[in-house]
Amino acid sequence: MMKQTFYERTGESVCREVLPNGLQIRVIPKPDYAKKYAFFAASYGGMDTRFTLDGKPMDTPAGIAHYLEHKMFDTKDGNALQELAKNGAEPNAFTANTLTGYYFDSTGHFEENLEILLSFVSIPYFTEESVAKEQGIIGQEIRMIEDNPDWQIYTRMLQALYSVSPVRTSIAGTVESISHITADTLYDCHRAFYTPSNMILTVVGDVDPVHVADLARRILPKEGGPAIQRDYGQEPEAVAQRETSLAMEVSNPQFLQGFKCRPVWKGEEYIRTVLLGDMACDLLLGESSPLYQRLYTQGLINGTFGGGFEVLPGAAHLFAGGESPNPKAVAEEIQKEALRLVREGLNEEFYQQIRRAAFGANIRAMNSFENLAVSMTEGHFNGYDPFRFPEVFDTIRQEDVLEFLRDNITAEHAVLSEIVPKE
Amino acid sequence: MEATRTRLADGVFLTFLPARKFKTSVISAQFVVPLRRDTVSANALLPSVLRRGTVTCPDMGALSAKLDKLYGARIDGTVRKKGEAQCVGFVASLIDDRYAPGGEKLLEPVADLLGELVCDPATERGRFVASYFDSEKTNLINAIRSILNDKREYADSRLLQEMCAEEPYGIPRLGSQQDAEKLQLQKLYAQYQNLIASSRLELFYIGSAEQTRVEQALLSAFSSLPRDAVQNIPPAEPHTPPQEPRTVRDRLDVTQGKLGMGFSCGSDDYPALLLGNTLFGGSSNSKLFLNVREKLSLCYYASSLYHRRKGLITVSSGIEFENYQRAFDEICAQLEAVREGRLEDWELDAARSTLLNAYASMGDSQGRLENFCLGQAASGLSETPEELAQKVREVTLERICRAMESARLDTVYFLEGKEDAE
Repeated sequence: MMKQTFYERTGESVCREVLPNGLQIRVIPKPDYAKKYAFFAASYGGMDTRFTLDGKPMDTPAGIAHYLEHKMFDTKDGNALQELAKNGAEPNAFTANTLTGYYFDSTGHFEENLEILLSFVSIPYFTEESVAKEQGIIGQEIRMIEDNPDWQIYTRMLQALYSVSPVRTSIAGTVESISHITADTLYDCHRAFYTPSNMILTVVGDVDPVHVADLARRILPKEGGPAIQRDYGQEPEAVAQRETSLAMEVSNPQFLQGFKCRPVWKGEEYIRTVLLGDMACDLLLGESSPLYQRLYTQGLINGTFGGGFEVLPGAAHLFAGGESPNPKAVAEEIQKEALRLVREGLNEEFYQQIRRAAFGANIRAMNSFENLAVSMTEGHFNGYDPFRFPEVFDTIRQEDVLEFLRDNITAEHAVLSEIVPKE
Repeated sequence: MEATRTRLADGVFLTFLPARKFKTSVISAQFVVPLRRDTVSANALLPSVLRRGTVTCPDMGALSAKLDKLYGARIDGTVRKKGEAQCVGFVASLIDDRYAPGGEKLLEPVADLLGELVCDPATERGRFVASYFDSEKTNLINAIRSILNDKREYADSRLLQEMCAEEPYGIPRLGSQQDAEKLQLQKLYAQYQNLIASSRLELFYIGSAEQTRVEQALLSAFSSLPRDAVQNIPPAEPHTPPQEPRTVRDRLDVTQGKLGMGFSCGSDDYPALLLGNTLFGGSSNSKLFLNVREKLSLCYYASSLYHRRKGLITVSSGIEFENYQRAFDEICAQLEAVREGRLEDWELDAARSTLLNAYASMGDSQGRLENFCLGQAASGLSETPEELAQKVREVTLERICRAMESARLDTVYFLEGKEDAE
């Protein structure tokens, strides 16, 4: 049965149902929109290369979740992209560290499109030949991202932060690692992770929630699947490497400083930590912070400077960077500012100002159907309700932010990743 | 879409779009000027210098504190190219009054701040603050140079520069590094005064407030805007193709090559070209995607773009260096297939529904609405997305073939690796 919850502080409501096969369904009604959006996701991403299937430990090639995402569009009768596009839908998919999501938006033929989406994601169809052919396309995708300085600097930062965690591995893998992927391994991974009980379907738009559930019930397998044990290794607290630098064809030096933070696993503590980390980031180095303004005025940073906080299984990091003529100086200033804040405390007016802005930013993010669906998905996989953010936000105190800064933003947790222009 | 465009003052227009479904409201203020080499960089610099401080909020700290207190309202400087017009100004986005926890009215204070950013900048000795000018000039030069970091964008931009070298359309949005390096504080202030006095100001509002409230808020916010003889924007010049196709090659230390191809289209049947381009390379079901990528595995991306105001189609692709000729031949072969109408039954339906879906869902995004309305206002066009959709519905295969028949290869651009890096 569909259960509807209304969230007063954000004006949203959500209909929820869990099918007997374990599939989670969420429908977020949006009566005045022409567009309808469906997002079908598996709890399976670039980090999930080692797991147990039928009691057997599996060690699969880096990049396999992403490879599988590419191949899922192949169907017995052709290609699902075309089927969806015939109805004017805009389909696509992405693979992140911990999830693979398939989605489309369309203004017409919604139920027909949803049926196509649910079918092609749940029915694998590949041959040795079609798998081999994909090597060329993904190989070019890997080449393209290797030329991208933002990707290089971020990936190298992660490799400096972590020594064991699979966060180190690029989601797309390497040209070498993907050469070991076969149709059989793809079928195994599909069987392990694309089970209804490991998936969630979120629909945003003016649709009938009961029809959505009926359709899913009709098309998807009747049985769920066993819970899959994943092996993320035991990541030590210490960083792997303090500094890393690469010369590339770029216009200016760029950098990212990363801080290895205490990991958090599941539940409402997860979203609280995410909100807390974002707040700490804004207070320490956001556009309104004294540090940002000082460094900007000194010409040490420009509008490309920014930061963020990310939580993954067994891993969490705060990072900041952009273009700078002197990355080391900026990196040092960030650490000094964190120490100062911990020592002197925050000005209450400034703290309240940042809280207001953070609340507004979270409300603004709810304009995007994709954001809504992805946050529903992440919320389910990590055991919290994303629409309760105003209530969770209320529990965050200045002392919590200072404690976060004191514990995490220190020299021993810091790494610096730099890209320097090639001569 | 129920947009209305009304004249608020001399050379000041408001496009009003009522919408209650968004969490935010958008207010945009855009000056529309001809794209010209001698003013492009100065105009591009202005929003950043203005964004540094106003008379009442003289520095970044004061400005961001004010915006934060308005529940994280955003006001971002924008520089856009629409045909051969340059549009510079600010886009403000604020949470809708309904979601302000204290029930505060946010529209008026945000509109006021927007007006202040345009009309009352922080100054010293009758010019912009020198340190603001210096640092934003450096930032602009860095932003122009940083296009190099995204090789796809770089290659696309180089193709247009080469193809339209003699036309305003070839001028990049921010101008060139050399243009930017020449900027001077005193001249910039004069250019600013000239810009706000004599160019058309297009205002846009998308949100839940009543029209009269929005008009009053904006009239009050821009009450000190000087108005002189407002200049007209000439329409984009038609492109002059070369006698023979030209080929341009650049070398950089990259691992993936970028092949760009520009075609000039003589036909003025734009709905047919729009659809023809969608079939050719404008969607993930296009001939380029399905053949160059999916069938031949030559690349990760291959797509095409129709530049309506100039009658151009440009192709953008990322390939292995040694596949240059194969990719080139295949792209030409696919264009030929569209010209000859060699399509499977579903292809035309798919291309048409892709476009219709895009028009139908435009009203669901404030960003797309603002950008679309600005494009229309800058070019003096008044078609709504619904009218465009109707024209797309009426296009026949014969019209597509005839219009695409007029596409001639004009310029080829290839970004390749450095030989010693192989």
